[in-house]
Amino acid sequence: MLSLPPAAAPAPRRQMFVGTALGCVAAGSLIGAMLALWMRFRTEALDVTDGRWVPKGVDVPLVPANTMLLAFVLIGVFAQWGVYAARRDARSHTAMALGLVGLIGVAIVNAQAYIYARMELPITGDDATAFNAMFYAITGTFVLLLIIGIGFSAITAFRYMGGRTTDREIVSAHALYWYFLGALFFALWLVVYVTK
Amino acid sequence: MTTIDTHATGASTGVTASPSARTVSIGDWFTTTDHKRIGRLFIAVSLVALLGVVVIAALLGVERIDAEAAMFDINSMAQLFALYRFGLTFVVLVPLLLGIAVAIVPLQLGARALTFPRLAAAGFWTWLIGAVLVVISIASNGGPGGGNPRFVGLFLVSHIVLLLGLAAAAGSLATTVLTTRAPGMNMRRVPVFSWSVLVGALGLLLVLPAVLGALIYTYLDYRYGRIGFGGNQAINGWIGFGFSQPASFVYVVPVFGFAAEVIAVASGRKLPMRGVIFTGVGLVGLSAALGAVLQQPADLSRDVSHLSVGRWLSEVLPYALFNLLPVLGGFIVIALGAVAMRGGRPRITAPLVFGLLGALMVFVGMLASALYYVGDAQLGGTVFEEGVWLYIVYGAVLSALGAVTYWGPKLWGRSLPDRQVLPLAALGFIATVLASLPYLVAGFAKQPAAASEFDYSGPQNLWNGLSAAGHVLMFVTVLAFVGLAVRSFTKGADAGDDPWDGHTLEWATSSPAPYANFADVHTVASAEPLLDLKPRKDR
Repeated sequence: MLSLPPAAAPAPRRQMFVGTALGCVAAGSLIGAMLALWMRFRTEALDVTDGRWVPKGVDVPLVPANTMLLAFVLIGVFAQWGVYAARRDARSHTAMALGLVGLIGVAIVNAQAYIYARMELPITGDDATAFNAMFYAITGTFVLLLIIGIGFSAITAFRYMGGRTTDREIVSAHALYWYFLGALFFALWLVVYVTK
Repeated sequence: MTTIDTHATGASTGVTASPSARTVSIGDWFTTTDHKRIGRLFIAVSLVALLGVVVIAALLGVERIDAEAAMFDINSMAQLFALYRFGLTFVVLVPLLLGIAVAIVPLQLGARALTFPRLAAAGFWTWLIGAVLVVISIASNGGPGGGNPRFVGLFLVSHIVLLLGLAAAAGSLATTVLTTRAPGMNMRRVPVFSWSVLVGALGLLLVLPAVLGALIYTYLDYRYGRIGFGGNQAINGWIGFGFSQPASFVYVVPVFGFAAEVIAVASGRKLPMRGVIFTGVGLVGLSAALGAVLQQPADLSRDVSHLSVGRWLSEVLPYALFNLLPVLGGFIVIALGAVAMRGGRPRITAPLVFGLLGALMVFVGMLASALYYVGDAQLGGTVFEEGVWLYIVYGAVLSALGAVTYWGPKLWGRSLPDRQVLPLAALGFIATVLASLPYLVAGFAKQPAAASEFDYSGPQNLWNGLSAAGHVLMFVTVLAFVGLAVRSFTKGADAGDDPWDGHTLEWATSSPAPYANFADVHTVASAEPLLDLKPRKDR
């Protein structure tokens, strides 16, 4: 057998970070495709004479949606704090930052639940519309991505607090995921909540 | 030395395993994180599924021979068409190529494991559960046109599950190529097949979630209001872009990588202009993925020479981007492959014949697809599109069979007999042309797509009969190949570590490759590290 020169084991090439980035690309494609279909249905509904997209009597609450957007700004700050603290081996700061990210994530899910409760959109019966089903579909998919993010925060925190403090890459990957979720929510906020 | 041990764990020893050992062995397969095993699972299940779906394809072909004698009612036809199209794409084509990639890419990269192997394993089982649920839903009167609402819903949910599994495996593969390469192997030195897998995996990560988004909407609308998305009859209309062109080009990008790889090895030469070949492969994947995701209307109509600048931008540019660029990419790879073959004296091996014919069939499909979108040809809504798709899918199947023949020694330690496989390549080629070409002709005669009742001038029985015969031949080809593979990989002759005189790292380890692939991490100084070590021929 031919032999090639052996080498030292290669340095890790940020597998977690790259994998998370690719996951973000896939999540972006998912939400992007759903937003595109949303806009297509909206355009078709409005093109009809006296057409309307948001059903009569339905109020899309902007205040909780705006609060969610602001919460994502906070998440960005805390996630970056986590990266900063992890680089400096500040364990308590890292734990605090990761915990706050998870907590605000839960608060965002709660805000979305509040929106559902406020809107009381029927998806069966005579009052059901395409808007209603699509609203639940797109925001529900985003909530799933949020729950994945909260799980990511929990795993990162447990690993870090469990003593794997040299594994800083996962903290960076965690931050990247939340930044990306923030960007996705901005698009969602603009199209679904503001433009309507 | 280059390897840890000479044979993989679980290689044949001739000793009969005790029942408990057998149980442990089955458990190992369920929980394995060895990329070679995960890849083999993908390959085995998708080949078995291929046999089943080809039978359905043949039945649908027979149904269309005589437009007046109906075997199936109209709703059953819709369900069977859904199983045929979705099955061949997402239960056969994508997992088959992904399986080969999962098994081989880490070896090619000089890596000891796949990145996120548990994700890839979870991807396999998720995909498998989704595929089984699809079959159950169709068998229980679900699917597009199905009469049982619960199973129509199950059909949609199971597709969501299935696509999640495929996306997980694609993510694992793309991360592996981007992060887990041997020292010295920069992106320019990555083997062409691995590059094509990276391009294809990135394309899958763009396309599959887009199909998933449409599926989520369709499911929720179907489950509740059935207002916006049109109920069970309209399902194919919403998710059909996932198994038509240009999305299918994304799934078959590795076909071009494999063709380039076997041409170089059979010729015993380095590939000329590797950068240009990489660009060609990239063009196929990128333009097709963008075309599938953006879904910009890409029809070309009227006399383009009199179009205004605005019309050029809105009609000609999307058409060229999404239909002609993949053709250009495929042409570049095939043309440079021909240049490499012309410069050397290629050995005619089964992998070479399979790989070349597969790439050519896919290329013909791409050319025909470009014609399909010329509006003045008026091919929309005809079986022409099915012919195009069959060229691509069956071309990719030929390529996959070639890949199993080529890399089989690295996975099983034994070789397929070249003389017995070569006729199967010819048979598969005939089957592909027979199944596809008549539909291209019938498309010009305006035979409607996915319909069993039609009337047009021309020998409609002949076209549909030839296509059905093509499916039957494909069934025979695959069955014979699977039979031969099972026999040869269990009882055949030992292959040796480098039976093809290969150029890339997978041939630097023993056959079958051991659990962690390599004992030492190799340093790579060129794109063909093994070729550089061999006595120099005229290259």
